[in-house]
This record gives sequence, structure tokens and C-alpha cells, in this order.
Amino acid sequence: MKAGALPAAAAMRRRIDPAVLAAFGCIVLLLLGGSLYSRNFLSLEYLLQQLNVAAFLGVIASGVMLVVLLGHIDLSIPWVVTTGGMMATAAAGWGELGVALAIPIGIGCGVAAGLVNGVGVAYLRVPSMIFTLGTNAIVQGLMVLHTSGFAPQDRSTEAMHVIAVDRTVAGIPNALWVWALVGGLTVALLTRTPFGRYIYAIGNRERAAYLSGVNTRAVVVGCFAIAGGCSGLAGVLLAGYSTKAYQAMGDPYLLPAIAAVVLGGTSILGGRGTYLGTVAGVILITLLQSILSVVQMPESGRQIIYGVVIIAMLLLYGRQRREG
Amino acid sequence: MSRDWRFRLAEQRSVLLAAALFIAMFLLYIGKHPAGLTANVASTAANKGVLLALVAMAQTIPVLTAGLDLSVGMVLVLTNCLASSIMVGSPAEVALGTVAVLALGVLCGAINGAVVVYGRIQPIIATLATSSIYYGVALALRPAPGGEVDGALADALTGSLPGGVPASLLLLLVVVLVVWLPYRRSVLGRAAYAVGSSAQAAYMSGVPIARATLLAYVLAGLLSAIAGLLLTCITYSGEASAALGGTYTLTAIAAVVVGGTSLFGGSGGAIGSIFGAFVLRTIGDLLFVFDMDALWQPLFLGAVLLAAISLGSFRLIGVRNRLELYR
Repeated sequence: MKAGALPAAAAMRRRIDPAVLAAFGCIVLLLLGGSLYSRNFLSLEYLLQQLNVAAFLGVIASGVMLVVLLGHIDLSIPWVVTTGGMMATAAAGWGELGVALAIPIGIGCGVAAGLVNGVGVAYLRVPSMIFTLGTNAIVQGLMVLHTSGFAPQDRSTEAMHVIAVDRTVAGIPNALWVWALVGGLTVALLTRTPFGRYIYAIGNRERAAYLSGVNTRAVVVGCFAIAGGCSGLAGVLLAGYSTKAYQAMGDPYLLPAIAAVVLGGTSILGGRGTYLGTVAGVILITLLQSILSVVQMPESGRQIIYGVVIIAMLLLYGRQRREG
Repeated sequence: MSRDWRFRLAEQRSVLLAAALFIAMFLLYIGKHPAGLTANVASTAANKGVLLALVAMAQTIPVLTAGLDLSVGMVLVLTNCLASSIMVGSPAEVALGTVAVLALGVLCGAINGAVVVYGRIQPIIATLATSSIYYGVALALRPAPGGEVDGALADALTGSLPGGVPASLLLLLVVVLVVWLPYRRSVLGRAAYAVGSSAQAAYMSGVPIARATLLAYVLAGLLSAIAGLLLTCITYSGEASAALGGTYTLTAIAAVVVGGTSLFGGSGGAIGSIFGAFVLRTIGDLLFVFDMDALWQPLFLGAVLLAAISLGSFRLIGVRNRLELYR
């Protein structure tokens, strides 16, 4: 029996990254620590509420993960999220058709920004960190012009509110279903399609992928477009959640999204990582933020603890292999 | 001999390009400015330019090692908050306060360097996390904007010298002569370039990788702290503003790229970043004197930024073997 158990355990270890296990372990510790403070932390209602909030970060992190797997980074998240929300609400001001198309328009604007990112990174070969920064500035400029020049509607539509806040099926927040859908599609993309294989291959060595006949530039553009679409969708959800779109609504999501992906065991250099880890990272970050605000820690202490915890967790399991 | 000369010119091409761009833009700005080139106009422009130039220099050094310091803006904000609290009183107290502010910058840089070198965490994510810590400390030091700074020192640093030369330009010159040039010529400075070119080759050649990387982040902290001092002297106060830190971090990266330093490490230098910072600052001033509609300014700034960083793509035209595009 023991002989049979050992290979099974080894196979299990191969399948599940230790980083993912550590992240889930930290989630359990946070919940237990929180429950010492208040029993509410283990109530179903609190957990569902947290998952509802986590869904917004989760949708963004799904796109970020694809880009990070390529070995790139997307710093245009703040204003692409804002654009998604603002354009969706603006579309709602155009009449019947606009209301019906609000959500696709929000996502579409995100995809458009993502395409620009992808072309700059894949075809112009500008480092993604700096090119996405430029895109962020451009999109910000467009939104400033749009909101102040044309005074568009900023109230979200009924449909946006429903998918962000309501619990239509089985008492589970609709936003969570949206995240589940996006997550399911991402997992299918990464594990069941050639496109997913190419993403990992490019992350490991783009030159080798190119020599193997992969159209690497198209894959990079595709990933940035998906990431833009995810940010746009998150903007739509956030606008629905707070019933209106406003400037800089995406600002608080850049750091947590990248941190969630990295805490979930995805290598920031690309080529390695699982979606399960990203899920763990997203829940971990959301719980950490929630607990820090529940115990009424002042903003300064919250920022310090937030930074220290991220570094501590990375020291625990996010270290690179020694070179040389 | 003449070949050597041409080689050196080619090496400095991007620095010269950024400098020429800046001079052309600044002449246009002065020509269009209603007051012309007065001492006041010059020192205002210099103060803003030098502030960004110092942060851009700070960012350059980790970038040379193929790293990145996303906390330079927050170290600027943190040292600004400390400086606005302790740099008042007798000359001895002000001097002590200045030393304390610089020491805080060095400490922040040392923490960044230690996490990157000994913690073996990727610089991007490590400094993103430490910048959150520094912002928290800055908020604790100064929950609301305010504070004060020694007036004589502030005026001396931000005014103009006899002859109309802005004092902040002299500060920048001193920093270049005392910090950057000796560093560039030192063993650890050259080691930083080696690490950025190829960490593996540097390791094989016995280059002190750990010490060189650590020093790069320490110097980034020190230069950001000097910028924090200057910011305090310009505004006469301190403010823990996340937006300010973020803007400076990101604009400094752009300045580094415009100044010709490769984000992949190993080539470039702080002099280019200085001109890159001046170029980016002058763009904003130009929009002002040309009476551009305030609504259009963010879009225009973004377009110029994107165009500037895409300029490097012209090298792609000359690439014969497409394999060279991929790493």
C-alpha cells in the first residue's frame, strides 16, 4: 500500500505547484486569523461578499496572467479598465441600441487598446513595460477629452448592475459566474489549445518558438488583446457595481492584479504558472485587503502591512533559482 | 584614431540626439514665451527639469543592471515628507536633517537591493511591494499635506546664482560630478554594466555581481532622496501623495528610455536620462506657451511619449535576419 501511495504522491506534487499550495495555505491562515477577531469571517455571507469583490480583480488578473506568461507585462490596466466602464456607460446614453450594446462596447474598447499594445510589443519590438505605459497615457488623454468635451452619460445600465451585484442563480453572485466563465475559458485556452502551448513556449524562449514555426507575433498580439478585453469587462463590472463610471476607477487594480498573478506562482519572467495559482492569488489579495480594512487599520499601516506581506510570501516561495 | 572618434560618436548618438531635441524645444519655448529668457523663467524651468532629471538618474542605475526600481517615486515622496518635518531650526539642525533625509534614501535603496539580491525576488515585483511600504511610512509621517523647510536653504537651492544661472542646475552638476562620474569609472560601476549585458558572463568573469547590484539600488535610493530634498525646497512643504510618486516613477522610466538607456540593461547612462527628463519636461511647457486647450494636453503628451519610445523601432528596418528580433 505504501509503495502504491508514493508514486501517487509524487504525481500529485508534480501536478500541483508548491507555490499554489502555499498560497491556499495562506488563505486558510488569513481566514483563521480573521475568525479570531470576529466570527463573521467564516460566515457564508462574508465569504460570498468577498468572492463578489474578488471577481473584479480575478477577471483583470486572468488577462494579466496571459501577458505575464509571455514574459511581458501590461501597465495600461488602470485606464483601460476606466475606458471599459466609461465607454459602456456612454453607450447607454445613445438610446435603446446603445443600452443593449453597452457591455460589448465596453469590452470592445478594451480589446482595441489591447490590440494597440500587442502591435507595439510584437511588431515594433518596444519593451512591453514602456509601450503599455504609453498606451495608458494615450487612453487617459482620450478619456479626459471624451468626458469633459462631450459630457457623456456615466450611469450604468440595468444589465451592468445585474451582472455585477445581483445573485440570480443559486444565491451565488453573478459577478462570480462571470469570473468562472472567464476563468474556465482561460484554463481551456491554456491547457486545451495550441494557442495556449504557444504562450508557454514564447514565455520560455521566443526564438525557439519562432524557429518551431509558431507565428509568435500573432500570439503576442492575441494575448494583449484578450488582456485588454478582460480589463474592459472588469471596467464594465466595476461601473455596474458602483452604479457609475468615474475617472481613475481602474487605478487601484494595477498593483493587486500583478501581485495576485505572481503570488499565485506564475513566473514574472514568463513560461511558468497555472490558473489555479492565479485564483489563489486573487482570493489571497482580496482577503488581505478586506481584513486590513475590517480591523480598522489606518491607511498608512495598511500599505506597510500589504507590502511586507507580499515580500514575505515571495521570500517564502517566489524566489528565483540561483544563477551561475 | 579617426575610427576611434567615430566609434565614440556612435556610442553617444542617443545622448546627443536627446540633447539636440531638448535644445531645439527649449529655444522654441523661450522664443514663444512672453517674458523671454529671464532669470525667473530659467530657474522655474530648471527646477522642474532637475527634479525629474534626478529621479531619472536614480532609475537609470538599476536599469543598467537589467533591473528596475519601481519605488523611486515613492522614495521621493517619503524623503519629501521627512524633509518637510526635520529641516528647520538652526543651521546645525538643518544640516543634520539633510543628512538624515539622505540616509533615509540610502536605507530605502539598501532594502530594495537586499530584497533583490539576497531575497532573489524579481526587481519589478520586489520594488512594487517596497514602494507600498514606503508610501505607508510617508503617510504615517505626514497624514495631511503641510510642514515647512528652512527658507534660506530653499531659496538658495531653487533661486538663481549671480549671472542668472539657476542654482538647481549647479546642484545637478555637482551630483553628476560627485556621484555619477566616479561611479561610472569605479569597479562596481563597470560591474553594473557587465551584469546588465550578461549576468552569466559577468559571473564567469568573477565580477562582484551581488555587490554591484546592491550598490545600484542604494545609489537609486540616494539620488531619489536628493530629488526629495529639492522637491521640499521647491514646494516648501511635504505631501504623501500616491499619485505624485506614481507619476514620477513612470515619467522617469520614459525619460530613461528617451535618453537612450536600454531597458534590457548594459548600455546607456545617466547623462542621457538627464536630457531625456529635460525633453519630457519641456514638452509640457511648450503646450503651455502654445495655448493648447487644456483638454487636449493629456492626449498630446501621451502621443508624444508613445512616438518617442517607438522611435527605436526604426532599427528594425535594417534587420536582415528576422531571428535577431527574438530573444
